[in-house]
Amino acid sequence: MSISVSLRYRLADFSMDLAFDAPDGVTVLFGPSGSGKSTVLNAVAGLLRPDNGRVEVGGTVLTDTARRLFVPPHRRRLGVVFQDGRLFPHLSVRQNLRYGRWFTPTHTRRTPESAVVEMLGIGALLDRAPTTLSGGERQRVAIGRALLADPRLILADEPLSALDDDRKGEILPYLERLRDEWGVPMLYVSHSPAEVARIATTVVMLDAGRITRIGPAAEVLADPLTAGPGREAGAVIEAQVIRHHDDGVTELAAGGLPLFLPTLAAPPGASLRLRIAAPDVMLARGRPAEISALNILPGTVETLTDQRGQVLVRLSTPAGPVLSRITRRSATQLGIAPGEAVTAVVKSVSHAPADVGRAHG
Amino acid sequence: MSDWLSPAEWDALRLSLRVAFWATLASLPPALLVAHALARWRFLGHGLLNGLVHLPLVLPPVVTGYVLLLTLGRRGWLGQYLDQWFGIVFAFRWTGAVVAAAVMSFPLMVRAIRLSVEAVDPRLEQAAGSLGASRAWVWATVTLPLILPGVIAGAILAFAKAMGEFGATITFVSNIPGETQTLPSAIYSFLQVPGGESAAARLALVSVAVAMTALVASEVLARRATRRVQGR
Repeated sequence: MSISVSLRYRLADFSMDLAFDAPDGVTVLFGPSGSGKSTVLNAVAGLLRPDNGRVEVGGTVLTDTARRLFVPPHRRRLGVVFQDGRLFPHLSVRQNLRYGRWFTPTHTRRTPESAVVEMLGIGALLDRAPTTLSGGERQRVAIGRALLADPRLILADEPLSALDDDRKGEILPYLERLRDEWGVPMLYVSHSPAEVARIATTVVMLDAGRITRIGPAAEVLADPLTAGPGREAGAVIEAQVIRHHDDGVTELAAGGLPLFLPTLAAPPGASLRLRIAAPDVMLARGRPAEISALNILPGTVETLTDQRGQVLVRLSTPAGPVLSRITRRSATQLGIAPGEAVTAVVKSVSHAPADVGRAHG
Repeated sequence: MSDWLSPAEWDALRLSLRVAFWATLASLPPALLVAHALARWRFLGHGLLNGLVHLPLVLPPVVTGYVLLLTLGRRGWLGQYLDQWFGIVFAFRWTGAVVAAAVMSFPLMVRAIRLSVEAVDPRLEQAAGSLGASRAWVWATVTLPLILPGVIAGAILAFAKAMGEFGATITFVSNIPGETQTLPSAIYSFLQVPGGESAAARLALVSVAVAMTALVASEVLARRATRRVQGR
């Protein structure tokens, strides 16, 4: 189920010209507001007709201006999860979930309702009215409703942006399960690097209607050229849980290197993504002894990129690429240059909970 | 109860109820269409349509009745063909009273429905479309249920207005007992003859009761409509 999109679109103060192919999994459209993320999503959903363009999902062409082909939105079989849920206020949660079923031919119904209800943990809400649900519950029901329409692809338009951090943490695991256990392909709009780090398989970075970078999540996020300011810059590392220690620390392994984090809920053997924000990584020459930080990764400097008076250093480590933001002065004093061997010191305590992928058991 | 009103008074009440019922029913589909057009669509003549719909509300009812007579009367530019080709006659028939009542109550119904259509979040309709519903299904399963309380409120208001319609009715179809003598026409007639005051008073009480019931019901439904559409 791959997606292939090419769009040319012109408005008075905005123009879009892009083309990309994305493989299975979760494709995140990432970029600042006004970069055209939602425009791409709307074009795929059929809510917008491009001047020139082609949209293909899983081998089915939905829009092709060259052939004057335009499948109307309701025949595209795409499940849209909106920012604000958009549950039907006059229907119960159960009726909302079943809404898409009315229009799905029986033979294409693959998704059992009970499995969706169980996966999203909304069994107790079925007879409630949408108005009585919390923001997080509403969004879970919205995901279930899209899923039960048996879509070719789920389109998610910043589904978490209306929620506070706690609620985001409540929904993200469900999106991860959708990706990992259900294999549902998704096109996901986001402007949050933490979200991207957790759920993206492929990242499409947008700016002013153009693609600035596209590729696997770990690669794109560790690219210093497209890294954002502040804590937005950061690399993603895949790690496996090894064991939980009695002193409140979970040991993980990434590329053969041990990593230590405050106890995680994931069982040993579980694979998860860690996000390491660039400001949280210090660099040292040699291996620092007697230091409070537990996570020390040996690496080689690949690139240095100037970023507003500071330097964003990209290292290659056995665990994968890591980004570190240091001052220009430190870089000069330490003699950091491409090819030099350095040590990355990661302050494990500085991982915010929302930045850490957690597999719910 | 039946002793309380004379047979002639009963006739007037029954006729009024019948006229108001059919007037309301007949104007409901065009009112839905016009309300949607005014609330949602942008087209040339939007203002003109809006004005035309509201005209009966501000014109002297006698003028509306006169216009109906000119168009739908036996010799009216539309009425003569309806008579010749289809044998449909409105003038001096109870069906003519239905037409007059429908035209006069139409603006009230359109206003109520238009308000509820404007309160519907179009993004909900978009969501329904994304789940596979065609436009007609979206309307039937999302739009209509959400505006229904407003539609009912508008219909009740229109019914009450139709019950009380006098000026256009008497101009267009006159005041024929048993055929076009509705409640207000009957009250008017009773007041014209000596000793008719008590009958007029009784019918006036009936009118007040009908109108009050309609207003209260309409108010309750309108409030429910607001709650329902806002509660998101």
